[in-house]
Amino acid sequence: MMSVRIIVVLAVLTGVTGSPNVMIKPEADMSAHPNSVPETVEETEIFGQQNVPVLVGEEAEEDVMATGELNPNHYPAQRAAKVVQHYLNTRYGSPYRLFGLQRVNSGNAEDVADSGRKYQLEVTVQEIIGNTTEKCSAEVLFPRGERQGSAQVQASSWEELLKNDTEAQEEALYQEYKMNQSLVTAQNLPDSYGHIEPDMKPLWHLGFVASSFVMLNESTENTLYNMAQVANVTQLPTENDQLKFDYHILLHEMVSQEIIHWKLLFTWSPPEGVKVLQMEQLPHCHHCEKPPNTN
Amino acid sequence: MEKKTRTFWIVVFKLLLVEGLESTRSYDYTKYHSMDEIYRWMEDVERGNPELVSSAIYGHTYEERNITLLKLGLQNPESREKKVIWMDCGIHAREWIAPAFCQWFVKEIVNSYKTNKKLEQILQNVDIYVTPVINVDGYIFTWANDSTRLWRKSRSTPPPGSGCYGVDLNRNFNANWGTVGVSFDSCSNTYCGKSAGSEPEAKAVMDFVGKLVNRTLCFLTIHSAGQLILLPYGHPEISAPNYNELVSVGKAAAAEMKKLHGMNYTVGTSPQILYANSGSSRDWARLIGIPFSYTFELRDKGEFSHLLPEEQIKPACEEAFAGALSIITYVHDKTYGTLPNAAVTTMTTTISGVAMTIWSTVMVVSLTIGVLM
Repeated sequence: MMSVRIIVVLAVLTGVTGSPNVMIKPEADMSAHPNSVPETVEETEIFGQQNVPVLVGEEAEEDVMATGELNPNHYPAQRAAKVVQHYLNTRYGSPYRLFGLQRVNSGNAEDVADSGRKYQLEVTVQEIIGNTTEKCSAEVLFPRGERQGSAQVQASSWEELLKNDTEAQEEALYQEYKMNQSLVTAQNLPDSYGHIEPDMKPLWHLGFVASSFVMLNESTENTLYNMAQVANVTQLPTENDQLKFDYHILLHEMVSQEIIHWKLLFTWSPPEGVKVLQMEQLPHCHHCEKPPNTN
Repeated sequence: MEKKTRTFWIVVFKLLLVEGLESTRSYDYTKYHSMDEIYRWMEDVERGNPELVSSAIYGHTYEERNITLLKLGLQNPESREKKVIWMDCGIHAREWIAPAFCQWFVKEIVNSYKTNKKLEQILQNVDIYVTPVINVDGYIFTWANDSTRLWRKSRSTPPPGSGCYGVDLNRNFNANWGTVGVSFDSCSNTYCGKSAGSEPEAKAVMDFVGKLVNRTLCFLTIHSAGQLILLPYGHPEISAPNYNELVSVGKAAAAEMKKLHGMNYTVGTSPQILYANSGSSRDWARLIGIPFSYTFELRDKGEFSHLLPEEQIKPACEEAFAGALSIITYVHDKTYGTLPNAAVTTMTTTISGVAMTIWSTVMVVSLTIGVLM
């Protein structure tokens, strides 16, 4: 009888601990102790091509090569799609028309021999000011190797994005700035509280468009750019019927988390759009980081 | 004489109480507040709600300012040991919406716990520790003038040979420190410090939470921007053992967040949806054994980034609250066995499954014995 009792107890124990549905509080994950990063991890690049074997998870595997069908929510497709946003703003942006990337619906990447890596993307783009959205197909080529230079973008089915009629507003703004007795200046758009005075908004939008030229130029598979702030606007005398501006803008680069300063000289008119004459990166001012109250 | 004195002090006490309550009600949660205002607000909230709120100073910043938390919890009738939920905001100085959310969170709890039975139950079982601003020095620096608004790091003095201040506190925690997504250049915005936990702000969190780890259900760290819910780990080759559950709980939170204002929050590990990184507070929490650990990256997706307009504070906080509460409710119910119907069915199935296992084991054993005999 004793042995039967023992058997029953053992059986109960087996039943209880063997059941996969019993909730056991997970113990500390000892296999991921701070000191147990596998020694085979080399000093490879953090993103993009990964030569180090993936230990766990199918999720990680599909990003290792970032080739073939891409997860639209993962960073490779997202970074490429952001470049499409910059491209659209350089081509079609204005003080009353701005594009934002709303979502990536699907993506595909392949290596193109001797050229670089090409992404094919289906994205949903938002026209921010009119608050409309449109689906759009695009191709982004990040050059590699022999061919340097910035990303090349082609987009199709974007015409619908231009459906909001901005002609009248653009013309009115153009005339106002052309006829002004004094040249416009502005700082900190938006300010520290995210605020922009309504009559300054077109200047902020213009900054968005102009900075998109820089962001398009500077973008790689390892960057994600957004404009953080227009630090300073100085209107210069109109030339050849083009309004002319000198802008100091701050870009936020997400991967490095750095704020990068650029000076931009550009013109704008409704028929010509934004044309950048000069762009210059400003050095990071380390000595500016001292506490404000000390000498 | 005595009675008059007593009445006087009763009146004073009531006035202080009312003033405390009123100051929390008149505090504008839809505006960004300076650190002085936030310190004063913490005192007011504690004074106005002594049965729910207490405070603790658990460390000091590099410039020797207090790092203060508010502990939200109710006495439970049986004086059972309470579990812990941790929430911190403002590790990165320029992410102003994060401290705004921590304040909003406290306000919501204070305003609703008396009329929300579920919340009352949670607060009786769990203490929620909220740190509105961890990187106090950095936060104050972002208020100094227009040129400092986008500062990210702490304000530690430059190391020898360098001119640059500050350490990225979210790269300084003892979790695969210094391996990926960091810089060893002190001028960089992802400078991870001279060693894991070298920074007093990070050390304060690790020391305090380290003592509570066995009771801690969940660790939430609030940042901006990007509209993401990040799960451990930041290292691309390490996966949390409860990855699947972390994803499903994260996705449930994102679904709750979307219901409010239609905003999408993407769920995944940092290497999947953002970038690889190491030394984050989220990773440290998971590594020491806290089962649920998330980084919330609040609004927006690049239009304003860290300079989120004040008129977006309310909607951003409403959706973040829904997401945080979703996770808090889940981890509470998982521990206290008050899961909804689906889980009850699972329990029943579990019991019958266990019974079947026992029965079949007994049958096998007795048959074996029978054969042997």
